[in-house]
Amino acid sequence: MKFEPVIGIEVHVELATRSKMFCGCAVSFGDEPNTNICPTCLGLPGALPVPNAAALDAIIAIGLALNCSVSPTSVFHRKNYFYADLPKNYQISQFDVPVCLNGHLDISVDGTSHRVGIERAHMEEDTGKSTHLGGGGRIDSAEATLLDFNRSGVPLVEVVSRPEIYSAAQARAYAQTLREVVAELGVSDARLEEGSIRFDANISIRPVGDETLGTKVEIKNMNSFRSLELAVAYEIDRQTQLVDSGGAVVQETRHWDEEAAVTQSMRTKEGSSDYRYFAEPDLTPMEMGEEWVNRIRASLPELPDARRARYQAEGVDSVLATVLSSADAPIRRLFDATVAAGGPARPAANWLTGEVTAWIRKTETDPEDLKLTGDLLTELIALVESDTVSASAAKEVLDGVLLGEGNPAEVAKARDLLQITDTGEIESVVDQILAENPDALESLRSGEQKVIGFLVGQVMKATNGKADPNQVNQILRSKAVP
Amino acid sequence: MPVEIDIAHVAKLARLDLSPDEMEAYRSQLGVILDHAARVQSLEGEPEADVTHPLGLVNAFRDDEVRPSLDRAEVLDSAPQSRDGYIVVPPALEI
Amino acid sequence: MSGLSIAGAATALRDGTLSATDLLSSVLKRASDTEAQVHAYLNIDKTGAEEAAAQADADFADGIDKGPFQGIPVALKDNLVTRGLETTAASQILAGYVPPYDATVVTKLRSAGAVIVGKTNLDEFAMGSSTENSAYGTSYNPWDITRVPGGSSGGSAAAVAVGSALVGLGSDTGGSIRQPASLCGVVGMKPTYGTVSRYGLIAFASSLDQIGPLTKTVEDSALTLSTLWGYDPLDATSYRGDYPDPTGELGRGVKGLRIGVVSQLRGEGYEPDVEAAVSGMVEQLSAAGAEIVELSLPTFDIALSAYYLIAPAEASANLARFDGIRYGLRAKGDTTEEMMSRSRAEGFGPEVTRRVLLGTYALSAGYYDAFYGQAQRVRSAIRVDFARAYSDVDVLVSPTSPTAAFKAGERTQDPLAMYLSDICTIPCNLSGDPAISVPLGVDHDGLPLGFQVMAPALGETMMYRVASAVEELAGFNLSPELAMVAS
Ligand SMILES: [Mg+2]
Ligand SMILES: [Zn+2]
Repeated sequence: MKFEPVIGIEVHVELATRSKMFCGCAVSFGDEPNTNICPTCLGLPGALPVPNAAALDAIIAIGLALNCSVSPTSVFHRKNYFYADLPKNYQISQFDVPVCLNGHLDISVDGTSHRVGIERAHMEEDTGKSTHLGGGGRIDSAEATLLDFNRSGVPLVEVVSRPEIYSAAQARAYAQTLREVVAELGVSDARLEEGSIRFDANISIRPVGDETLGTKVEIKNMNSFRSLELAVAYEIDRQTQLVDSGGAVVQETRHWDEEAAVTQSMRTKEGSSDYRYFAEPDLTPMEMGEEWVNRIRASLPELPDARRARYQAEGVDSVLATVLSSADAPIRRLFDATVAAGGPARPAANWLTGEVTAWIRKTETDPEDLKLTGDLLTELIALVESDTVSASAAKEVLDGVLLGEGNPAEVAKARDLLQITDTGEIESVVDQILAENPDALESLRSGEQKVIGFLVGQVMKATNGKADPNQVNQILRSKAVP
Repeated sequence: MPVEIDIAHVAKLARLDLSPDEMEAYRSQLGVILDHAARVQSLEGEPEADVTHPLGLVNAFRDDEVRPSLDRAEVLDSAPQSRDGYIVVPPALEI
Repeated sequence: MSGLSIAGAATALRDGTLSATDLLSSVLKRASDTEAQVHAYLNIDKTGAEEAAAQADADFADGIDKGPFQGIPVALKDNLVTRGLETTAASQILAGYVPPYDATVVTKLRSAGAVIVGKTNLDEFAMGSSTENSAYGTSYNPWDITRVPGGSSGGSAAAVAVGSALVGLGSDTGGSIRQPASLCGVVGMKPTYGTVSRYGLIAFASSLDQIGPLTKTVEDSALTLSTLWGYDPLDATSYRGDYPDPTGELGRGVKGLRIGVVSQLRGEGYEPDVEAAVSGMVEQLSAAGAEIVELSLPTFDIALSAYYLIAPAEASANLARFDGIRYGLRAKGDTTEEMMSRSRAEGFGPEVTRRVLLGTYALSAGYYDAFYGQAQRVRSAIRVDFARAYSDVDVLVSPTSPTAAFKAGERTQDPLAMYLSDICTIPCNLSGDPAISVPLGVDHDGLPLGFQVMAPALGETMMYRVASAVEELAGFNLSPELAMVAS
């Protein structure tokens, strides 16, 4: 039987607010353990939560970026389960009325685009961190667990996709695209290695053509896009082989073992399916009125998808548009400034993603410190298009501009890179070359076309590239007739 | 209709390590209380469950400002066991 | 001296006839004379109180006046956290726990110059109606030390009744201020939900809990509320609008007011003395010019049932944090899970265990809709009933408790009988409305009886107006007889 995988992905995004979700402790990665803690995020008796308005702004921004609708009213719920790094032994989360609902994200794999539905995005708080000591690092043989509550109460947005991802490559593309959106919004550091964005995948398989979903397995602990893709692929294989050999998939949570490159069954939390959700009585309902949502909408940056489409509309081809869209923000700003200054989009994109980016890399310059402006780049492109400097000389002009030697015209002049436009001057060089190459002149006169290329090259060499090759060509042809 | 109670399951959910005798005693007491509590089912009509604030408060938020945290030494002092700035517990089995 | 009201003491402290230090000494003397029988306090902070009293006297001498609480000895229920002062909520699981911060009400009292005498006894985590569920021994009623003071704020009620504090703070989730006030012959008041910050109150049921005062007089109650309440940015359920003036209409009488008598809160289960005293007061109010209206609020019949699902459900989550990890009692265990389950089983007393189990059950898969969900619907219906009533009358009245103080041990083996002690007080917790208990007189055994006045949300001014009329009409001026408490 042929099977197809069905994948849903849950993403936890830690927000980069100044303070935590429900208290004033600093959100800060890598501090000494238990230094950013207070009665609220430590679950001390009597402490109460007060939600951070900036976190709500951020989840609305994420929701809008993922084409979700923002619920007019929303409430927090308590999700009850006991765990050592969860200080209250309930997590303040959301249940049936999350802040954001029903969105989608378009992804692209090998040039084919695919739309993944987003079921919801809800607001919650992070747990503290456990370190399991002893027993060679294996959890089930640990001798003690160390607890650090600095992360406890950091705002988290959980984005839940619909089960509409059908391959490991799509899973990876979904994760990468979502990360790109979140990073663009500036609401999270979105660093996988620091855990500020985390992915869990729910995977099941079903016979091709079936509509019902198979038994799903949740996989956790993927710390890179690569391991997400590998883990999903592994799990699809595992389930397919299992069912092919007459077995059945068990609903469980499995852990991705990076070293062994396999998923492994985790101890199940007994009774974990009974979270006894109820509305959080320490908090009031939230009303996300139109005014609030519109304020966030107005503050949204242009997102990668929309940006690519705009570049293409401005005349940049799709490959270049994708490259430019993922370029650093200063590069993208320079592009917009160039277009605004009347410069042509396509050469501007070429210059910026090509020579300018190479120059930045070579000189290890901070892109924010570039001495290039939209006006200067527009001028440089105009110099090339008007044949005032040649394409190869233009690279040197750019170098001068970036080094602060002046505007393109000044640099071209100072570095002696201007094309020779005086016909007489070129003609005398041509005559000189023909005099030095009587055989070539003979061939030219006998109508041999090939030799023109050679002669143009010689003239260009003699003029240090400053002659216009077209003009040289024309003059040479006029000499063919004795 | 007597209320059925899987007391061992409830005690496990609530993380209460009770002896069989204790469980039996609580099961029967809960039965009596829940019998009385089941009167809520006699309510006529189907009003919405009310989770609103009695004064109708909504949108109680705070600005995103950092406030001083607690002194770590004081916090660790209250903890039954600590080491190197961490609070220590016996190994966690369930993850 | 320890029998003074706040208002009386405030005057004496200002006219130089009394010092805060002397006032404190007399209160401490009273405590040392009565604690062996009454056991109102879990912990008396003699040093801290003496420092605060000396500071108050120094401030008076320097012409600094922080208002009516400067130099006034206050008792705090031990579920209010106090920085540097042990706070246990009368639970073994918090034995020896010293909080690193003050509850907002404690901060307010301290900055008003109050003298915190100590922490009073309660039913463990405020779960109970007799103060017998304390892990540190029961408290007794100063009017008859074979009887309970009520609960769960029994320690604060007994302290005020006996004069070992001028005012006590309590918390009221289902009647835990009003019922012990009634049983101890003092004034006890639960404010509108959201008006007194719960920050630093060890939570029992977050949607029902409110902090309020236990005092000798209605005026003291209003004065205390004026000091305690107000918007607190640390409590998201804190009311941000305008607050009425609790003292605004004290002593204005009841002429022309419409007073509703709740027909559900009498009859079977109510002691004849209670019914007679309440009827007598209703007649007096009528004679004083109030219009009396008989009102039926049918949902009151199932309010108790709803309460005993909602409160334990919230409690099951609120008490989950007591797990032996960050503070409090830790039992031995080879794994985190084992340690947690043993710590909780050892640290919680039977009533707390019972309610945690009850609440866990009511929220669990398969039972949520029939129990917790349905209880929330009853709560909505109760709010509707109240709204209908207040469209017709200014206040509602009833007994505070169906009985006077009962014998210690009488209801400890029958949880349901104990729960019925709160039948009159619970509806206002479910609606969030304010209510007060005012002493009416004593029954044939010489035990105090209380009269409850309920008002709509933020209707404290009207509530206190009627309460002050009741106080005046009742003319209750007895104190527990010294002979009964002297050893
Ligand atoms: Mg989550
Ligand atoms: Zn904090």
